[in-house]
Parts: sequence; structure tokens; C-alpha cells
Amino acid sequence: MTIQEIVKALSLKVIAGQSNLDKVVSGGYASDLLSNVMGQANAGNIWVTMQGHQNIVAVALLAGLTAIVIAGGVEPDPEAVRKAETEEIVMLTTTLSAYEVVGRLYQLGITGE
Amino acid sequence: MSAESGIELEFVLESADFNGAGEASSKIKRTLQQLGVRPDIIRRIAISAYEAEMNVIIHASRGVIKAGIHSDRTELVVEDEGPGIADIGLAMQEGFSTAPDHIREMGFGAGMGLPNMARCTDKFDIKSEKNVGTKLRMVIYH
Ligand SMILES: Nc1ncnc2c1ncn2[C@@H]1O[C@H](COP(=O)(O)OP(=O)(O)O)[C@@H](O)[C@H]1O
Ligand SMILES: [Mg+2]
Repeated sequence: MTIQEIVKALSLKVIAGQSNLDKVVSGGYASDLLSNVMGQANAGNIWVTMQGHQNIVAVALLAGLTAIVIAGGVEPDPEAVRKAETEEIVMLTTTLSAYEVVGRLYQLGITGE
Repeated sequence: MSAESGIELEFVLESADFNGAGEASSKIKRTLQQLGVRPDIIRRIAISAYEAEMNVIIHASRGVIKAGIHSDRTELVVEDEGPGIADIGLAMQEGFSTAPDHIREMGFGAGMGLPNMARCTDKFDIKSEKNVGTKLRMVIYH
């Protein structure tokens, strides 16, 4: 499934990374601990978090994640948005809770792979 | 590129520079991509570099990260001036962290950085002297 399809299904807001919405998502990971994401998320995963500061962009970039979903209505910091735009990292937001996002992703067949 | 000649990248790291955090690792990653190194290998190098970079920014005063990229391997050397690590065995344990609350709120300080580095690298060597600094040497074969 592509990020674009997920954006549509969950009505996510695209904050950055428009050019990469056609990327295919391999699976998902949810955590607010950055080193835990670095160590446990798989390449190509969509990452659900409530962190909105700029360091999440480096984590997504270096761990090779396809997209960041910032859940729970958290607004990403302006520096985070700027970095995501520069690095073309897909940054998505939603007022849905992290729990709700993960549940809906799972229903779409995005597992913890 | 022969096994011995290679590309040397070097970046200065400053304590508490969360703005520049990850830049050194991103540049190392980009260089490896340009050289056509396998993506799964690049990922391990990028994760190790980032964790090491963040430890200098979070726990030390200043430091340098160097990447020596050869045809068969990448060597990362990260040296800092800072408090050093009193008990390396303890620091290597998953979950051990001395990061303060304001750092933890950003999602750092999970105590998984050093274990992540050890797991992602083929050789991992750490030397530290209390009140002087820490030196890491990591090798990842391509
Ligand atoms: N470069 C360093 N200088 C001083 N202390 C360090 C350094 N790197 C790691 N440490 C110590 O080792 C602990 C564990 O490091 P790490 O596994 O990366 O977890 P974290 O950075 O999340 O605390 C740190 O909390 C800190 O006490
Ligand atoms: Mg760390």
C-alpha cells in the first residue's frame, strides 16, 4: 500500500514530502522513544508518534522510514517541518489518537513488519 | 577504490546542538548512497553514526565524528571531551540512561543507543576516561 492511499483512507494532513507519497509502506511502527525506533523499526515502515520536534526527521531519514504520522493533534515544530521539506521526508498529521491511527492502519493490512 | 584508500569525512559536534543533530550522519549516509553501498548496510552505518552523534550532543561537551569509507568497510571514530563513562558495562545495558528529563521528553534517553550501535556494527570498541572523554571505534563491513 502506498502512503497516498493511507493518507486518503485515514484523512491525514500532508505537511511535507509531497514528492514521496507514491512510496510503498512495508509495515508500521509506533513509539515516542527515538532510539527504540532506530533499533526496532524496519526500513520502509510508517512511523506513528506524538513527538513533533525536528529530531524526528533525522530519525526517519536515517532509519529509512517512509513516513512520519504525528498523532493526537500534535503540531510539529516549524523547524521540524522545514527539515522534513528539505529532506523530502513525508510528514503527516492527524487529530486521531496514536491508538486509533495504528488500529486503522492494521485494518488496512499494515502490520508490524 | 581499493580496500585501503578511501574517503574520509569529518564533522565537529557541539553539546546541546539539537538543531544540527543528525546532520553529520545524514551526510555520511548520502555519501554512502552516492558510492552505491547496499541500502541495508548504509542503514546500519547511519543508525550507528546517529546514536554516537547524539551521545556527544546529549552527554558530552564537544566532539568529532569521522567516517572512513573504504571499498570493503566503513569505519566510524567518534571522540569527545566530556564527563566520560564511569561504568561502561552498565552504560551498555539496554535501558540504562543518565539523560535528564528535558532530554527524555524529546524521546531521547531510552538507554538503547549504545546497544543499538553494538548490534548494528561488526566491530565495536569503546574507551572512556572519567572527566576526560569517550572514544568509540566502529567498523561495518560492506
Ligand atoms: N559520549 C558519552 N559521554 C558521556 N557519557 C555517555 C556517552 N555516551 C553514553 N554515555 C552514558 O551512557 C549512557 C547510555 O547511553 P545510551 O545507550 O546511548 O543511552 P541514552 O543516550 O539514551 O542515555 C548514557 O545515559 C550516559 O550516561
Ligand atoms: Mg544515546
